[in-house]
Amino acid sequence: MRRRIPLIITFIIGVVLVTGYFVTRGPFNTLYESFSDYFAIITVFAFILGGGSLLKIHLKRVSNRSTDWPYSLVTLAGFAITLVIGLFKVGNPAGMGGEILAGGSWLRFVFDGVYNPLSATMFSLLAFFVASASYRAFRARTKEATILLSAAMVILLGRTPVGAWLTAWMPESLGFLELPNLANWIMAWPNTAGQRAIMIGIALGVIATSLRIILGIERNYLGRGE
Amino acid sequence: MPLHRTTSNPRTVSPSIVRLRAALAYTAFALTRAVLAYTAIIFTLQADPILAQAASESGWFNADRTQALVLGVILTGAILLYVVLAASGRPLFIRKIAGLETVEEAVGRATEMGKPILYVPGLNDMDEVQTIASMNLLGHLATIIAGYDSRLHVPVRKSLVMSVARETVQQSYLSAGRPDAYQEDDIHYVSDAQFAYAAAVDGIIVRERPAACFYLGGFYAESLILAETGNSIGAIQIAGTARPPQLPFFVAACDYTLIGEELFAASAYLSKEPRMLGSLKGQDAGKGIAIVFILAGSALATLESITGSETVREVSEIVLWLFR
Repeated sequence: MRRRIPLIITFIIGVVLVTGYFVTRGPFNTLYESFSDYFAIITVFAFILGGGSLLKIHLKRVSNRSTDWPYSLVTLAGFAITLVIGLFKVGNPAGMGGEILAGGSWLRFVFDGVYNPLSATMFSLLAFFVASASYRAFRARTKEATILLSAAMVILLGRTPVGAWLTAWMPESLGFLELPNLANWIMAWPNTAGQRAIMIGIALGVIATSLRIILGIERNYLGRGE
Repeated sequence: MPLHRTTSNPRTVSPSIVRLRAALAYTAFALTRAVLAYTAIIFTLQADPILAQAASESGWFNADRTQALVLGVILTGAILLYVVLAASGRPLFIRKIAGLETVEEAVGRATEMGKPILYVPGLNDMDEVQTIASMNLLGHLATIIAGYDSRLHVPVRKSLVMSVARETVQQSYLSAGRPDAYQEDDIHYVSDAQFAYAAAVDGIIVRERPAACFYLGGFYAESLILAETGNSIGAIQIAGTARPPQLPFFVAACDYTLIGEELFAASAYLSKEPRMLGSLKGQDAGKGIAIVFILAGSALATLESITGSETVREVSEIVLWLFR
């Protein structure tokens, strides 16, 4: 029964939502939005679980003086400070009735002065990681890697003014060999064909996975016990 | 190409499988009949503007989505057909997926090295099918890990994902006969913020130095940040996502990458359960149907431009209408 009831609920909701996609009249045509709203409500309650998990793990680390426990202290302090100044709108010029991120509020300062710079720092690391990953991927050790390297070079050069400048001397009859045109051709044809093949596969995978779940063939998310 | 077979025997099919088979066969048959009838009605209505106007004003059906229904029923029928065939014990050939064949090896390596296994289920919540596929795969992986007595570490970005992951892993440990080895705190919430989550996972990778890292689910700009950090510590890395822009990053930084549909196939592939494998075969049939339509569309468009035939143009438009 513990497994059968969720399977029945999944089947009914799945069939109703699929039907709702094709039906123009209420209540079917608004079901998707309604379920999205319910999901958002459940997610808000689930955040209490998440916050609880975060607090429990880091408090345990601090109290046990586990390895790297000062990092946990920083996490707990950040969590508590942001929660308090956000909940009580500390420093908000309009008080408790003001916008949560109103200019001049402490939360706005945390957002602009701490959160955004830290996020930007992490994001900027991507440039270095792209360089190291590209170096590994583009080493022309195999035929495929050589093709990848050649295509990448054409795209990189073709998307910059240097590419246009390098091949500007070509006669008009060989215009298709100019780097910007070659780059556009690679992006428009081989790249699009590959992307579409992957997208068709993904669409089929989504349909098959959804069917497996709606029909109760895939039950792993319910656990494996009988 | 190395292949494996499903193992069910037609002589030992249980009554419940027979009932399911009959129900699915009847459903597939009924759906096919319904869609054929509906397609005929739609074509008739479209031929007559007055009828079409009347239908759109009084109908319950959203005629703009007819194509989705027709294609959906065709693909659903193909998948259900193979599920029924597999359930009846018919052997099916499934191509090997290298990334999934290596899962057990990666877990074994982690056990030998005495290091944990990191599982990152992506950034999306449980309303995203990639996350659901990831949770299904996590269940299989947790069963293997429980058998090897390794440690599984799952940092998550969404609270609901944490709840589902905990339930899934706990059940897997139970089914593996190792409920005592399950550690609830190893599956924990980190942060909803994208780069805070990436920073936390990077920290876990650098501090704990897991022997195997799995990145399976929906990923965005943080994919390469995670995968490159994992690569820098020499972990064996298996990634999979249905977000095409992130695939090149995973291919460059990971040992194995499940490309798009392979992520959705992973749970069925690892389960080796005949009906699940049947649905995979149905996916392949769907690809076959797509290939046929693409070739037919290309041939018809070419023929039309060469001959200028009105008949070819009409047939070509029907094919185009299906994908509009």
